[in-house]
Amino acid sequence: MSDIASSSFVRQDLLTERPAPVKTTGFVGLMRTRLFNSPTNILLTIVGALLLWFTIVPSVRFLMVDAVWSGKDRAACLTENAGFAVGACWPYIQAKLPQLIYGFYPEAERWRVNLTFVLAVVLLVPLLVPRLPAKGLNASLFFVAFPVVAFFLLHGGGIKGFGLSWTAGLLELFDDSIIGAGQALLSSSKTSAVGPLLWLVGNFIVLVGTAIHWLILPLTWLRDQIQGAGQSVWTDFAVTAAVVCLIAFGLGGGLRAGGRALASSIFAFVAIAAVIKLMGLDRGGLPVVATNLWGGLLVTLVVSVTGIVTSLPIGVALALGRRSTIPLIRIFSIAFIEFWRGVPLITVLFFATYMLPLFLPGNFSVDGLVRALIGIALFTGAYQAENVRGGLAAIPRGQGEAAAALGLSWWKTTSLIVLPQALRHVIPNLVNSFISLFKDTSLVSIVALFDLLGSLRASFSDPKWSTPSTAFTGFAFAGVIYFIFCFGMSRYSLFVEHRLNAHRRN
Amino acid sequence: MSDPIVKISGLNKWYGDFHVLRDIDLDVRKGERIVICGPSGSGKSTLIRCINALEEFQEGEIVVDGIELGPNLKHIDAVRREVGMVFQSFNLFPHLTVLDNCTLAPIWVRNIPKRDAEATAMKFLERVKIPHQANKFPGQMSGGQQQRVAIARALTMNPKVMLFDEPTSALDPEMVKEVLDTMVDLAGEGMTMLVVTHEMGFAREVANRVVFMDAGQIIEANTPNEFFAAPQHARTKLFLSQILR
Repeated sequence: MSDIASSSFVRQDLLTERPAPVKTTGFVGLMRTRLFNSPTNILLTIVGALLLWFTIVPSVRFLMVDAVWSGKDRAACLTENAGFAVGACWPYIQAKLPQLIYGFYPEAERWRVNLTFVLAVVLLVPLLVPRLPAKGLNASLFFVAFPVVAFFLLHGGGIKGFGLSWTAGLLELFDDSIIGAGQALLSSSKTSAVGPLLWLVGNFIVLVGTAIHWLILPLTWLRDQIQGAGQSVWTDFAVTAAVVCLIAFGLGGGLRAGGRALASSIFAFVAIAAVIKLMGLDRGGLPVVATNLWGGLLVTLVVSVTGIVTSLPIGVALALGRRSTIPLIRIFSIAFIEFWRGVPLITVLFFATYMLPLFLPGNFSVDGLVRALIGIALFTGAYQAENVRGGLAAIPRGQGEAAAALGLSWWKTTSLIVLPQALRHVIPNLVNSFISLFKDTSLVSIVALFDLLGSLRASFSDPKWSTPSTAFTGFAFAGVIYFIFCFGMSRYSLFVEHRLNAHRRN
Repeated sequence: MSDPIVKISGLNKWYGDFHVLRDIDLDVRKGERIVICGPSGSGKSTLIRCINALEEFQEGEIVVDGIELGPNLKHIDAVRREVGMVFQSFNLFPHLTVLDNCTLAPIWVRNIPKRDAEATAMKFLERVKIPHQANKFPGQMSGGQQQRVAIARALTMNPKVMLFDEPTSALDPEMVKEVLDTMVDLAGEGMTMLVVTHEMGFAREVANRVVFMDAGQIIEANTPNEFFAAPQHARTKLFLSQILR
């Protein structure tokens, strides 16, 4: 029967569907195919289950089941009063919450901190949601206007002058230090072995300083006139606004196309005027709260947000500098990066806080918090520079060549073609650095700034709340706060990564 | 005949001690199509990359549409605005859509309003027959389509001269034709073109002149008919016998 007919076949009855002999879907399927399908997996599953049992269960017991939820002082959290082995002592957190959030910020002024938080959220959330419009305006409000407003809200105080006075003051300071350096050289020339040379150089520097003095004389004269008259802030403001608007008009294309630039700069100045008026900056502003009174979550957020926002541009600039063809810029960038990466953050903070004041000229002092901020920004900037450089190295040479062939300048090629691609490659690394920066802010507590962790430790010493579980409760709470922020950043970065890398999916 | 739009005289270039281009003199008249061929390493690509200053050179002078480009590379930007370039590896910007690839330079270099730039870009994308893919990313297209986008991108700047650096060498055989067809169309519209290619069929069909290079110098330049039918120099004969079998 090996003829062709035997291989022909016609189906008589259609087969009905029947269930699989071994279930491969659902929970049973998962157990069978993933959890208990081999001796190794059985072992791993048991070990994993035990691990969960020994970590999750005690945590939940400590934080929820055995916790004390209400009370007035330590008595509520003592085992003999509660009648069971007490876990977390939540009334302690409740009582200390203001200190953990505001530090020693005066109670009557805390609405200013709250208002700053609200402003930050109101400006930041629309910036993070891609669907919402007006990203340019939103970004400039958040990155330019918000820091200034936040400073005057949190720190308080007013302004005595405006752009013109500041420019004049800055130039004067610059000029004074030039003349000072020249005179220092002159005085040391009397004793030095290379006296004549120092004398010559010193005289030259003094001469330059004097020349600059005469050059900026019109500006300082105008400043003195304005300061002498009443309403100095508004006069100065008007002069500055007029000058800046004219410059914007000129740069924007003059009569032909400058209308837009003029309108936007006038709009910006009107907004600035409104803020000055609203906050009463011309009349002394809000009462000053010195930064050594700030503390808690406020300091943690101020330090980390400033660090994050300033370190990225620093990092980008250094990374580009390190790849520059101009030797001076390249050497400077390399030296800068290697210096900051080679020094521990604690050393940087110590140096910024205790040694920097010794090096600055006498009439020039910088607030302690600002010093720590600058230290952290530069430190993180150096790390970000290496992250960004990794991204830059991943961009093929042809990209730059194609842009150049189209007539794009170096700046436009870098900002439109190279950087957007490079930064997308390194989003995970950048956010990694941001997260570690956020946690490293707790190091500022060693330079007498009380961040969240510092405030927490300070609160441990309160005898009113001293119980066996106070420290555990406090650290658990701080841990949860840090985790919420870091996990939030992590998830958001994944979202951004996914969105911006649309072109890498087919 | 009109004045040369590209005038290369006494061009010499070294990579370190290696003399890549030796005494190159070449005039390209307006509307002329020149095919440059030769063995690899003969300096063909380097030569056309010198014309839009992607490579610097040590001696000689290149004048493009009256703009002088000397060894110190002044007027780079002015020259690059007049010269379009198509690369072997396309070099489209992968993070931008096809349309954005084509509008980037008009908007940022020529300051053309976005709306007008997009209209122009769509016109050129229609000419290279891919208008319906305008919102795709380059990575989602075939090599031939990417190269046609690259041609459209160069054309949006209204260049007076187009340079092609082995535009079909990185393509599958099937896609070579679609790109060559686009280039033939472009030639038919009177564009001045310098093409480095090994596509001898294209040279025969389109070129006014074929330039043969070897060891950094121009060995022979002639009309395609003469060049293929009666090559003069021994090196040219050898080269042609290798590739035309």
